[in-house]
Amino acid sequence: MPKIRPAAHAPSIDMTPMVDLAFLLVTFFMLTASFRMAEPVIVDPPSSVSDKTLPENTVLITVDNEGRSFFGVGNAEARRNTLAKMSEKYKITFSEKQIQTFEGLPSFGVDIKNLPNYLDANEAKRKDFQPQKGVPLDSMNNQLRDWIQISATELNVLYTKNKEKAELEGKPFIGEKPRYAIKADSKVKYIFVKDVFKTFTDMQIYTFNLITAMEGGTKVEAAAH
Amino acid sequence: MAEIAESSGGHGKGGKKRAKKQSTRVDMTPMVDLAFLLLTFFVLTATFAKPKSMELSLPAKPPIGSPPPPPVKKGVTFLLTKDDKIFYYAGEFYEVGNSKGMPPTDLKETNFSSEGLHKLLMEQNQWANDEIEKLRTQNKAKTLADTAFKRMAVDITANTNAITALIKTDDKTTYRNVIDMLDELKICNVGKRVLGVEMMPSEYILLQAKIN
Repeated sequence: MPKIRPAAHAPSIDMTPMVDLAFLLVTFFMLTASFRMAEPVIVDPPSSVSDKTLPENTVLITVDNEGRSFFGVGNAEARRNTLAKMSEKYKITFSEKQIQTFEGLPSFGVDIKNLPNYLDANEAKRKDFQPQKGVPLDSMNNQLRDWIQISATELNVLYTKNKEKAELEGKPFIGEKPRYAIKADSKVKYIFVKDVFKTFTDMQIYTFNLITAMEGGTKVEAAAH
Repeated sequence: MAEIAESSGGHGKGGKKRAKKQSTRVDMTPMVDLAFLLLTFFVLTATFAKPKSMELSLPAKPPIGSPPPPPVKKGVTFLLTKDDKIFYYAGEFYEVGNSKGMPPTDLKETNFSSEGLHKLLMEQNQWANDEIEKLRTQNKAKTLADTAFKRMAVDITANTNAITALIKTDDKTTYRNVIDMLDELKICNVGKRVLGVEMMPSEYILLQAKIN
């Protein structure tokens, strides 16, 4: 009896569709990806039923669970200009390299006196930078107020500039007016957030966007009936 | 593997020059490996959910020397404190032995569960909730346009029959509780909400007595 021999050729599967799909996904993820640098603290915002998305053009104040406040601006150009004005005001000079680092920084929480050292530290070490006590906001030394005021002005300048430019070119303008956002940790004591509110209200700014996570669904159901 | 065309060795034999059949296959394995590597990277780093936000407006400080604001009609004051507790009272606050001869205000306790705060607000704000429900039925029956429905709902929450919520906090209140409170007010159609009014000393004393 002749032995039954298995076929000699290696089994092969046509991978083309899979590879096609893989490339499609790669392209999709590449195009939708938006990169940003690591934030100095991890903040877990409380959940709410609100479903408004956060506007892009914002001044962002982050309050972590220890009550430290961090400051950030959503636009790199405005960030650069803000730093220039602040350096003038507080008489602290920054090197070109430090300015460039600052441009890529989403937010920070140090006294402006320590900012040059903070910017010199490498990205991994910044998290444990000492002293990272948050941007000072007490009434004697309210740096947060100056940061907010100057950056808001810069954002507004950029907004008008872009708008005028778009109008001159006859293109539709899709920018938004700058807004103020506060992202606070759900466990933080409310008095720390209140201090931030007070800094804003002292400047006659009364409307904010509080950043929240999406609600799990229990409350929404309760609201439905 | 990449197939390299064998060098055609036989030139000499006087035969016709024939283009050697070359394999057109290119080995794709490294490219596909790279594609998957990139895919994994982008999948893992992607963040889709854009942060959501809640809009909040705080009252402007009245100019110095302006007359005191008129007392709030249909107001409910919520005192938020530690351990997710809420104390509340409806109407004005009367101290013990007040000049108006009213019985002193007592604080009632509630919590953030659906049986607590939610139920309480639904009851207190019954009028506005009923009105909005009526409009919603009309809206669902397509006799009321969406925009009109939204506008009228806002008008109802601003009506004098709808309640005003005053939220007062002490130094142990967590931010989560404040947001939950604002959230619940929104769910229960309370449009008039005041955050940022300081607790009165008498309220604070009463609150401390209640906690302990």
